[in-house]
Amino acid sequence: MTQEVKTYTVPTMADMAASGEEPEILFWVGCAGSFDDRYKRVTIAFVRILNHVGIKFAVLGPEEGCTGDPARRAGNEFLFQMQAMSNIQVLNGYNVKKIVTACPHCFNTLKNEYPELGGNYDVIHHSQFLQGLINEGRVRVKDGESFKGRRITFHDSCYLGRANKVYEAPRDVLAALDADLVEMKRVRANGLCCGAGGGQYFKEPEAGKKDVNVERVEEALGTGADTIAVACPFCMTMMTDGVKNKNKEDSVRVYDISELIAQGQGL
Amino acid sequence: MEIFQQILFVAALAATAWYITKRIKLIARAINLGRPENRFDHADERLKTMLLVAFGQKKMFANPLVGVMHFVIYAGFIIINLEILEIILDGILGTHRLFAPYITPVYPILIDMFEVLAFGVLAVCVVFLCRRFIARVSRLQASRHRELRGWPVSDATIILTAEILLMIAFLTWNASDSVLRDRGVGHYGELQGIVPDFLISQYLKPLFTGFSDTALVAYERTSWWLHILGILAFAVYVTYSKHLHIALGFPNVYFSDLQPKGEMQNMPEITKEVQLALGLPVTTEADGAQANDNGEQPPAEVGRFGAKDVQDLKWINLMNAYSCTECGRCTAACPANITGKKLSPRKIMMDTRDRLEEIQQGWQTNGPDYRDEKSLLNDYITAEELNACTTCQACVNACPININPLDIILQLRRYRVMEESQAPASWNAMFSNIENNMAPWKFSPSDRFNWADQVNDAN
Repeated sequence: MTQEVKTYTVPTMADMAASGEEPEILFWVGCAGSFDDRYKRVTIAFVRILNHVGIKFAVLGPEEGCTGDPARRAGNEFLFQMQAMSNIQVLNGYNVKKIVTACPHCFNTLKNEYPELGGNYDVIHHSQFLQGLINEGRVRVKDGESFKGRRITFHDSCYLGRANKVYEAPRDVLAALDADLVEMKRVRANGLCCGAGGGQYFKEPEAGKKDVNVERVEEALGTGADTIAVACPFCMTMMTDGVKNKNKEDSVRVYDISELIAQGQGL
Repeated sequence: MEIFQQILFVAALAATAWYITKRIKLIARAINLGRPENRFDHADERLKTMLLVAFGQKKMFANPLVGVMHFVIYAGFIIINLEILEIILDGILGTHRLFAPYITPVYPILIDMFEVLAFGVLAVCVVFLCRRFIARVSRLQASRHRELRGWPVSDATIILTAEILLMIAFLTWNASDSVLRDRGVGHYGELQGIVPDFLISQYLKPLFTGFSDTALVAYERTSWWLHILGILAFAVYVTYSKHLHIALGFPNVYFSDLQPKGEMQNMPEITKEVQLALGLPVTTEADGAQANDNGEQPPAEVGRFGAKDVQDLKWINLMNAYSCTECGRCTAACPANITGKKLSPRKIMMDTRDRLEEIQQGWQTNGPDYRDEKSLLNDYITAEELNACTTCQACVNACPININPLDIILQLRRYRVMEESQAPASWNAMFSNIENNMAPWKFSPSDRFNWADQVNDAN
């Protein structure tokens, strides 16, 4: 049996504009998706899915910049608005209508905070996008890894869940796998933060008796899951660090939902 | 004798009304210290939220058992007020059970209902005291939460005890009244055949069978007076207490935030500066581009960036502070607090109210234009607390009456960063990375697309 050699491509908006084309959707990669070694794997997994289903997409590439979310939440409104307006200039320049992103912080900022500064787009999170593809039958989890007998627990991201009430989409995506889904006690609107939001990711935590990610990972491990599924780059790092803190990195893995779907598809 | 009681009653009523009016004006003035913001938009949505969350107590039912217990006290409070109307009219007119002859068929049904509620309120208040002092529910313990030390614990105990005493006075008053009616003493006897025994107080009648007629009349009068004076005193007390939530809970929910929880409010005064810095056309106020979601215009003069003290916050933040009943659901849900950090969203609200009350006292002792040197930031809320917030919105979600502690935290952070340049060093590094590299980390912006080179690599 010959292995089919797949070639994945990542078009940029600049390329598309040069050839007079417009993509269906802009994939907003985000800083973590661009620079963080672990989260680059998520970006790649999602791009492979996009390629596989044949969606006409593009990325901004080097023209993308931080949305300004961490600066705004830390209190630096000037910096946030500088970032926002620069990005809006770029996005409006390309006449962008629809954006998908794998980062709930970018999602929240682009969706809820850019309109007031002149950036109006239809913004969805990659969990919603994947949910749509699965519902339409465009993504089928076959040909890849089997998840039979594996236990997966989903950790809600605050900026996807409480902030924007997206609770079901990532769970629906995971339901497409043949794994056992187990829930932690604090889920959905009552989900416990990973400890990264509000600029916490970029500084040491204040003095306390425990780190927030350790508290959350203890809860996740309590479900007996071998896989912790996340849908946010910062949750990804916090949960991975928490698992290491508990010396469970050999038996428990942290994956983004798009990676699990890509694995299931053998991409 | 009768007229003397009437005069005394009217005087007590007038004094209470005068004093409460004074208190309401003072509290309203304190809330109006806050910056203006239009919260009179989207009336339909606001009304719907108020019906669900305030009248319907939707969020209280997150814990159904506690939800039901709180609902009993809430319903008791609302419905027993109907009985207060009769008591007040009796007091003014010198009558006894004024309504009974006019609505004879329904009168016992109404009083039975009040008695059942009164008994329910009494029982739930006892359970609530037990939750505080025997079951020791964590979020209510001063040993665990420093903001509760001292007055807040006394306040809670006073409220629950006062409610128990008021309900005992109401039920035993009915019982002693029934015994007097049975014995046909004076005007009490006139209600024979009109007013029967009531559902709960009939079982309390044996307590009074040994009383002489004189002693019984004395008890009836005393319990009536204690009940109504207790209610009046309690009404005054409420304006000094966390229990103000019984009045402000409703408007507080009506005026609460409607936008997604993740959305931070824009600062239009900064937009203009940024447009100038980027060489973009400045959207003038007339364009409406700077008007915020609520359609209001920014103030003409630029004040402080962010908030240092209560007058820099919005009026709704200050109403939030007066509406808070210190239940601590926010703090119990806060990841920073759960893991032992100093931040407690409940303390943010209590500090805001304490600061407002300090300002009020300044007005009262030094005249209405008095300004002291203190501020909410630093004198009440420290940087350590503010910096510990993950902005996860668990506190906002947990509050049964839609109070938003996060909004205050973020406004204080803005002041510290933009006015005082007091961000932690690693945040300053993050800021300069964003500014120079377009990412919060020190990577070259030209490397941003390098990940695409690996898209065809083996996993």
